[in-house]
Amino acid sequence: MQANKPLLKVDKVGIRFGGLKAVSDVNLELNQGELVGLIGPNGAGKTTFFNLLTGVYVPTEGSISLDGEKLNGQAPYKITKKGISRTFQNIRLFSELSVLDNVKVAYHSLAKHSILSSIFRLPSHFSGEKEMEEKAIEFLKIFKLDEVMHEKAKNLPYGQQRRLEISRALAANPKLLLLDEPAAGMNPQETEELMNLIALIRERFSLTILLIEHDMPLVMGVCERIYVLDHGQLIASGTPDEIRNNPKVIEAYLGEEVS
Amino acid sequence: MKTLKQTKTFWIWIAAAVVFAVVTQFLINGGTLNSFYVNTLFFIGINIILAASLHLIIGITGQFSIGHAGFLAVGAYASAIVTTKLSLPFPVALLAGGVVAAIAGLVIGIPTLRLRGDYLAIATLGFGEIMRIVFLNMDYVGGASGMTVAHLITWPWLFACVLITIVVIVNFTNSTHGRACISVRENEIAADAMGINTTYYKVMAFAIGAFFAGIAGALHAHNFYIIQPTNFGFLKSFDILIFVVLGGLGSMSGAVIAAILLTIISTFLADFPEVRMVVYSLVLIAMMLFRPQGLLGTREITSFFKVGKSAKGGSQDASKQTVA
Repeated sequence: MQANKPLLKVDKVGIRFGGLKAVSDVNLELNQGELVGLIGPNGAGKTTFFNLLTGVYVPTEGSISLDGEKLNGQAPYKITKKGISRTFQNIRLFSELSVLDNVKVAYHSLAKHSILSSIFRLPSHFSGEKEMEEKAIEFLKIFKLDEVMHEKAKNLPYGQQRRLEISRALAANPKLLLLDEPAAGMNPQETEELMNLIALIRERFSLTILLIEHDMPLVMGVCERIYVLDHGQLIASGTPDEIRNNPKVIEAYLGEEVS
Repeated sequence: MKTLKQTKTFWIWIAAAVVFAVVTQFLINGGTLNSFYVNTLFFIGINIILAASLHLIIGITGQFSIGHAGFLAVGAYASAIVTTKLSLPFPVALLAGGVVAAIAGLVIGIPTLRLRGDYLAIATLGFGEIMRIVFLNMDYVGGASGMTVAHLITWPWLFACVLITIVVIVNFTNSTHGRACISVRENEIAADAMGINTTYYKVMAFAIGAFFAGIAGALHAHNFYIIQPTNFGFLKSFDILIFVVLGGLGSMSGAVIAAILLTIISTFLADFPEVRMVVYSLVLIAMMLFRPQGLLGTREITSFFKVGKSAKGGSQDASKQTVA
């Protein structure tokens, strides 16, 4: 890949729900290997923006492209296969499935054996399933979830559920990982573990990460660049220091100064 | 190693089933089982197929479809046409019943599976009723008076169909494709975000379920001498739905056991037609009060035999429960 070409290019993207402009005119570029934060007050349109990137919503204007390939209008599962994977603000695990099976589901798109070979239990079924299981176990070891791999996902404590969701998203083999408030509901210690985990992920998988977060120490601590969204519009972007001192950002968060 | 063990257990189950079939055949030949019992046995077999096929759609894929009798009707009429009008042999009719029902499943599934929850339930209920009314008004298949069909099924045929249905659905469920279906049931948005083509798997589960319902229809038609549109009303759909819910949503063996028990109960209650539905309803109400998760919950019967093994065996077992 050429160094000057961004991995993700979002060009004037917006979506309307009836008369409401939830997101409008957002321009954003992510380069290979960057860790970028997306912040903004509640209701600013951050999660809506993630939903636009992953195909849950189809943008009514603008274009999104990954590696030069246009993504808007494609089904979510196709976008995942192209290399964007995500976690959810409110955890969405397959709660009745075991931890191991949760990760195996993410490997599904790599499965080589067909429905018929599974029904007739052909050799390709066994080799395919075995490969998936080995990969998934190896993966869970990285995230220290291998000890609980036969537990149902719903029985895990909160912090581990978050970790499982991130590992499941990574198992889908993305180029770009979208994390939607991964630290929500975590105590300071868990948040710190999460920061270490994110650092580990970047090192191991050479990923590009876009992170939505309300925990400012976390965002300021790990992100190289930050975008700020308010009322569906991008109001600022830059390094953590620039963002901290940007009057528009302060206004969005704290309100206008009384004159 | 694990694969080998699984294959071994699989063949032990098959062998046990075949032994059961052979013994039953001897009992039938020897006259120990009179025709009343044989009829009940056939009826149980057909209901097991229906329960297993709906289990795949509702229990595994989580698509609340309540028009299963529609597929039963399509299979029954398609196979009856093949044997009585076209005079082709029974195996062809059996296959035709399944294939035509599967095609009906695809045609109905592709548009309706975009709907969720209540809306899908209403659409599938509508499909079931439409099929009934179509057959009611088709003179080619006898309209309201129905079609007379030769009694062609024998115990080996019936048993083979039941066994194949169960093996196919269990094998499908215990694979990456089955896991994809379960992920749709558990959380469709997350499944989509994990790269699962949710529409494809919903339609696929629907078509496979419809196929086996069609097989059950073919068996039904060639067992009861006559088929009429009234056999396939929405009450029939609810009967099948009850097997699946009562057995425990997501449990194949639960659905099968519920099909067996309820068929036996309703057969013996046939002597008291005025209280039959009352008792039936009471059983269901009691069940929902005392065991709302169904007979087996989401567990499988095989998991009960392995209790008390080593911790490792136990946990392997847990992984199995969740899948099947």
